Amino acid sequence: MTELTIDNLNVWFGHGRDRVDAVKGATFSVEKGESFGLVGESGSGKSTILRAITGLVSTWSGQITVAGKPLGPKRDRAFYKTVQMVFQDPYASLHPRHSVDQVLGETLYLHGLGDIDKRVSKLLDDVGLGGKFRFRYPHQLSGGQRQRVAIARALAGEPEVLLLDEPTSALDVSVQAEILNLLTDLREDRGLTYLMVSHDLAVVGHMCERLAVMKGGEIVEVMSADALRHNQATHPYSQALLQASIGG
Amino acid sequence: MTLLDVENLWVKFPTRQGIFDAVRGVSFTLGRERLGIVGESGSGKSMTGRAILRLIRPPGIVTADHITLEGQDLMTLSERDMRDVRGQKISMVMQDPKFSLNPVMTIGDQIIEAYRLHSKSTKAQAYDKAIAMLEAVAIRDAARVMRAYPHEMSGGMGQRIMIAMMLIPNPKILIADEPTSALDVSVQRQVLSIMDKLVTERGMGLIFISHDLNLVSEFCDRVLIMYAGRIVEVCDAANLHEAQHPYTRGLLNSLPRLDAPRKRLEVLKRDPAWSEAPSVGGRQ
Repeated sequence: MTELTIDNLNVWFGHGRDRVDAVKGATFSVEKGESFGLVGESGSGKSTILRAITGLVSTWSGQITVAGKPLGPKRDRAFYKTVQMVFQDPYASLHPRHSVDQVLGETLYLHGLGDIDKRVSKLLDDVGLGGKFRFRYPHQLSGGQRQRVAIARALAGEPEVLLLDEPTSALDVSVQAEILNLLTDLREDRGLTYLMVSHDLAVVGHMCERLAVMKGGEIVEVMSADALRHNQATHPYSQALLQASIGG
Repeated sequence: MTLLDVENLWVKFPTRQGIFDAVRGVSFTLGRERLGIVGESGSGKSMTGRAILRLIRPPGIVTADHITLEGQDLMTLSERDMRDVRGQKISMVMQDPKFSLNPVMTIGDQIIEAYRLHSKSTKAQAYDKAIAMLEAVAIRDAARVMRAYPHEMSGGMGQRIMIAMMLIPNPKILIADEPTSALDVSVQRQVLSIMDKLVTERGMGLIFISHDLNLVSEFCDRVLIMYAGRIVEVCDAANLHEAQHPYTRGLLNSLPRLDAPRKRLEVLKRDPAWSEAPSVGGRQ
C-alpha cells in the first residue's frame, strides 16, 4: 500500500524576476513501512519537499497524497496526527524555556490526547531517555538527548509517517549511531514510514531501502540502496556524488 | 624539522562546580606535515588549536611547560608581540565563513588589510597580491569578488576566501578548525585540495582539526585522537583504520558504511579508564 505519493510537485519562492524554482516536477512514492531517502547537495530542494509536505511552504503546485488523501492548501489536525517532522538542528527546534515535560505535554494536549502524565513518561522511555530527563530544560541536555526529545515530540500523536530532515548531521558520529539505531527500532516497533533527507550517502544507504538523487530542484534518479551499494548509479551526477562520498 | 613544539598543555575553566579541564596535559610536535586532530565535540580539539594562538580569554586559563615556535616560547610573549605571531607566523581558518568574515567590509578590503598589516607595501601592490591569491584558491572573476560583500558569496567560496586571507601573509603554520564541516560534500573536496596544494607548495605545517575520521585519514599524514582533553592515540593517517585504542575503534565502527551494510550500528561504550589514562605523547 502506498503511504505517500508526490506527483509533479513544483515549489517556488518569490515572484516575477526574483522567482526561484526550488523544486521542479518531483515525482515519487513511498510504500507503507518503507524508508525513502532524498540526497543531493545544499540548495537541491530536498528539504523543500519535506517543508511542502508539512505545509511550511504554501507556494506549491502538483499533487501530494498522504495515506490515500490528497492534500489541499491547508493542513488539518488529522494530517498532523499522520505526519510529523524531525528537524535538523536540535539546538534550534526545542523551545529554550520549556522543560521536556512542557514540550511533550503541550504536544499531547494539542493532539487531543488524554492521560498526558502517563503518556509523557512512556514517550521518554520509548526514546531511551527515562524519567530523570522529564523536568530538564534543553540547555541541560546534550545534542543527542535533545534530538531524542525532538523524536519523542514527533511520536506524541502516534503518526504513521516521519519526515526526517538531516536528523543526525549536527551530531557526533558516536551519537549519530545511537540515534540511527533508535530510528531503526522505532520503525520496526511501530511500522512507521520514513522520508529522510540527508547529504550523507552512507547514512541514507544504511537507513533507506530506496532513494532519490536531487540536483537543482529536479530528481535525476530514483534507485534502490542495493544499487547504490553496488555502484549501479546510472546518472552521471549520482555517480559523482557517490565518488565524492566514498573518496577516490 | 620541527616547527612547533607543545609540551604539557592544559586549558582550564573555573565553574561553580570547580575547575573544568578542557585540555589535560597534551604534548605534540608539528613539522612540515599535515597533522590531524580528531575527536568528538567536547574532546578539547578546538581548545588545543586556540590555546596555541593564545586565543582563550579569561576566565579560561592556559598553562604549558612551553609552546615553542622556531625557538621562541609563545607562552612568555606579551599580548603585543603575540599579535605579530597571529596571522604572520600562525594563522587559523575557522569553521563557518559566515561568522569569520566581516559582513560590512568588501572582501577586497579585508584581504588587503590582512596583507598590509604584516608587510610594508602600497595599496596597489596589495591589490595585485590579493587578486593573485584569490586566483590561487580557484576563484574565477577575482576582480568582481574583490568588490563583493561576504553575504554575496556561497559557503564554499567564503571558505576559499578565508583560506586566501589566512595564507596571504605567508605564515609558517596554518591551523584549520573544521574548515569544511559547514560545507557541502561536493565542495568539501575542492576546498581541501586547494588548501593541500597551497600548504605543500609553501612548505607549511598544517594542523587539521576535524570530527570526520574518513576525511582525516585521507587528508593528513599523522593523526592525534583526543578524548576528554587527552590524546589517547597517535597513528599514521594511512593506518587509521587499524587503530588499536578501543575509543578509536568504537568511533570507526559507529560509522555507517556503504560497502558493509549492517542492521544496527555499533554504539560506542565508554570506559572511564580512557579519560583517566595519561596522555600519549604526539612527538615525532
